[in-house]
Amino acid sequence: MKAPRMQARITMEEVAALARGCAVLGTGGGGDVRPGAIAARRAIREHGEVPLVSLDDLPADALVLPLSGIGAPTVSHEMIHGEDEPVRIAEEIERIFGRPPAAVMSSEIGGGNGVAPVAWAARLGLPLLDADAMGRAFPEVQMVSMYVAGIPANLVVMADVAGNVVTIRPIDGLWSERIARAVCVAAGSSALMADYVLTARECAGAVIEGTVSRAIAVGRATEGAADPLAALTAELGAVRLLTGKLADLDRRTTGGFVRGTATVEGTGDDRGRTLTLEIQNENLVALEDGRVRAMVPDLITVVDTQTATAVQTEALRYGQRVTVLAWPCDPLWRTPKGLETAGPRAFGYDLDYLPVEKIA
Amino acid sequence: MSRSLRVGIDVGGTNTDAVVLDDDDRVLATAKRPTSPDVTEGLRAALDAVLAGLPDPRLVTRVMLGTTHATNAILERRALGRVAVLRLGAPATTSVPPLSEWPDDLRDTVAAGTAIVRGGYFVDGSEIAPLDEDAVRKFVAGTPADAVAVTGVFSPASADQENRVAEIIRAEIGDVPVSLSHEIGSLGLLERENAAVLNAALYGVARDVTAALREALEARGLEVETYFAQNDGTLMGVGYAARYPVLTIGSGPANSLRGAAYLSGVADAIVADVGGTSTDLGVLVGGFPRESAAAVEIGGVATNFRMPDILSIALGGGTIVGAEPRSVGYRIGAEALVFGGSTPTMTDAAVAAGRGVVGTHPAPGEWRERLARAVRAADEAVADAVDRVALGKADRPLVAVGGGAFLLAERVPGAREVIRPEHAEVANAVGAAIALASGRIETIVPAAGGGSTRARLIDNAKEEAAARAVAAGADPESVQIVELSEIPLSYLPEPAVRLHVKAAGPLARPAG
Repeated sequence: MKAPRMQARITMEEVAALARGCAVLGTGGGGDVRPGAIAARRAIREHGEVPLVSLDDLPADALVLPLSGIGAPTVSHEMIHGEDEPVRIAEEIERIFGRPPAAVMSSEIGGGNGVAPVAWAARLGLPLLDADAMGRAFPEVQMVSMYVAGIPANLVVMADVAGNVVTIRPIDGLWSERIARAVCVAAGSSALMADYVLTARECAGAVIEGTVSRAIAVGRATEGAADPLAALTAELGAVRLLTGKLADLDRRTTGGFVRGTATVEGTGDDRGRTLTLEIQNENLVALEDGRVRAMVPDLITVVDTQTATAVQTEALRYGQRVTVLAWPCDPLWRTPKGLETAGPRAFGYDLDYLPVEKIA
Repeated sequence: MSRSLRVGIDVGGTNTDAVVLDDDDRVLATAKRPTSPDVTEGLRAALDAVLAGLPDPRLVTRVMLGTTHATNAILERRALGRVAVLRLGAPATTSVPPLSEWPDDLRDTVAAGTAIVRGGYFVDGSEIAPLDEDAVRKFVAGTPADAVAVTGVFSPASADQENRVAEIIRAEIGDVPVSLSHEIGSLGLLERENAAVLNAALYGVARDVTAALREALEARGLEVETYFAQNDGTLMGVGYAARYPVLTIGSGPANSLRGAAYLSGVADAIVADVGGTSTDLGVLVGGFPRESAAAVEIGGVATNFRMPDILSIALGGGTIVGAEPRSVGYRIGAEALVFGGSTPTMTDAAVAAGRGVVGTHPAPGEWRERLARAVRAADEAVADAVDRVALGKADRPLVAVGGGAFLLAERVPGAREVIRPEHAEVANAVGAAIALASGRIETIVPAAGGGSTRARLIDNAKEEAAARAVAAGADPESVQIVELSEIPLSYLPEPAVRLHVKAAGPLARPAG
């Protein structure tokens, strides 16, 4: 359902709310939102506010450019993007399609990739599409709505900090992940990437709409709230799985991902209960007494109990006072193809998916 | 009989405290004097007072100074130097230039100019671009400044380019102090750069404090070794502090925690330092302050050096009842009811509740009810704060220190017991006097399975941390690795971890 609406603009002031919301939607992964927020504010200052458009605002054959940073969060926190990487990608797209892109889209609204597109759109002088391809954060390139919608992944364009541009013509989403990852490693484990360049017509049903506005609303919910946790829980429509303290943390790096287990011991009303989180960059499965209470692709986020700010998996520390929230994913991920792509088995868990609202 | 004595001094915003400790760390004398605007006078007064109690002040061989002077300089934008800010990273990093998120007034005060030149490293140690030496020369020659701050991408793991830039600057413009980011902060470019720039801006402040200390010592005819306390509760020599003044910024809370541990004999505890305007709560783990996991903001700027994890609440001896969080501050001696003044303070409330005997006047009867309410509210605020820093662990003692420690109740919910050690009112100065010297390093090494390369890199990091501890004044014979932590990095071709090593040891014996 698409309702016509006034054209919105992303202002300097809104970047902070967007960043907070993206951190929550990052479900523990997606990278730090701060560098993206700083870059976004600077780009708005230099190039002006960024119009936020819906698919209805674009001509049917307008090119939508989904952009995302790919790589290790720790690396992008240190080796920050150059400002010309989106320009080089847009130029390459124009060479390939014979016309320039008409709007930028975030590939992943969760984490840093949800905020940085504001900077990229401002730098390119383009509007930002109020949509993304995940509705959250996922660790792999093929875990996007376009792949689930059956759109062939036949083009990936990457630009790195040194100035290189790489165009890949993969045969499918799995190959695009494999080759893009190899290029990213060669580029120093951080690059900017466009994949699934789509017309506005093709976007319908193949992207998750309204997620930029949603992230801003989530970020705003806690602003000045007397009880930030309650405000956030209500805005998300989330289930509060447990409030407690981080009692154990077991992290290991395998296959390029940080995998691990975090154990939260209940405090206050939840005393005596224990929740275990299975992590692969993002929080994937929440277990209590061996029973699953929430699982991917539904969203599981750890927030600071006092402030309701999201805590990334890399920032989890023994003793932190946290609350674990879970809420339903976009319906697209609950289709058979969606679950095959990003359901529990896609991450190696031998679990049949059950929606969070049925089991939490 | 003691052959050598140590003086610990803590210059706080309100008071300057001093203590004398003997060889066996026994407290021989203590003093508390108001902090003077120029630091020197307050320092001299506290020194004089504490030395007056000694049979022979010449037995003093060492002086350790903790000061919040650098912090206040940043907060008040006072006495800061102008800094040429140079980043090595182009074409990377240009989406966020240096000082982008600084408050305008601080940037206007500090920035002499900024530049991003070609250079920097990838995570694997190869160059993003060769260092553009001509651009470095041009920038420093064309940007007159009191100091230069240099930050290269991945410099904590690969420092050669930053070091090379320091050489170029020396050759080009001579003796201007240079702040290199890899010596100050950890991974996280913007936070490390901010720390390096603040450090460079503080060189003049460090010189002023050092001169004040030297003057105060010379006025007493003392020839002693001098040290500065730093954020993690350890010491650095004066020469080292002159190069890394930013590292003194969290020393106040760190000293009070370390002092509380020593005075109470408890290594794992919650510490409440009750001052004139605020109460700082921290946690002792194994005798050292628990460190903050989050980036720490100083004067509105995010930095990433390690700081004690402190929770401050607006409760102090001078806090005005019914008008919190305001405080009468140093005017307490004239304004509080118990001193014959007309302003009801938390000191009056605590005295009325029978928690201490302070002042010369009984609190007027008409205030009784309001003062009692204030004590109840304060007790609740303390209990809530203790609960927040305790993270659900209620079995540790609470060590109460600071001049306002008597405000705290006999029992505090969430703490096993309340310990009030002797000399608690000068715990900060004691913490400075007993501190060890330390050094730390952060780098990236292969994860387990990296074989001999990994082992060699970890050994190198340990040696470097120990060398830095010795440079800071530690006895080379007794330096130990006191902390070694690894955080895995994701999405790298080869599994890797971020390695953090800290070495610490007692100060080397005085020469002669």
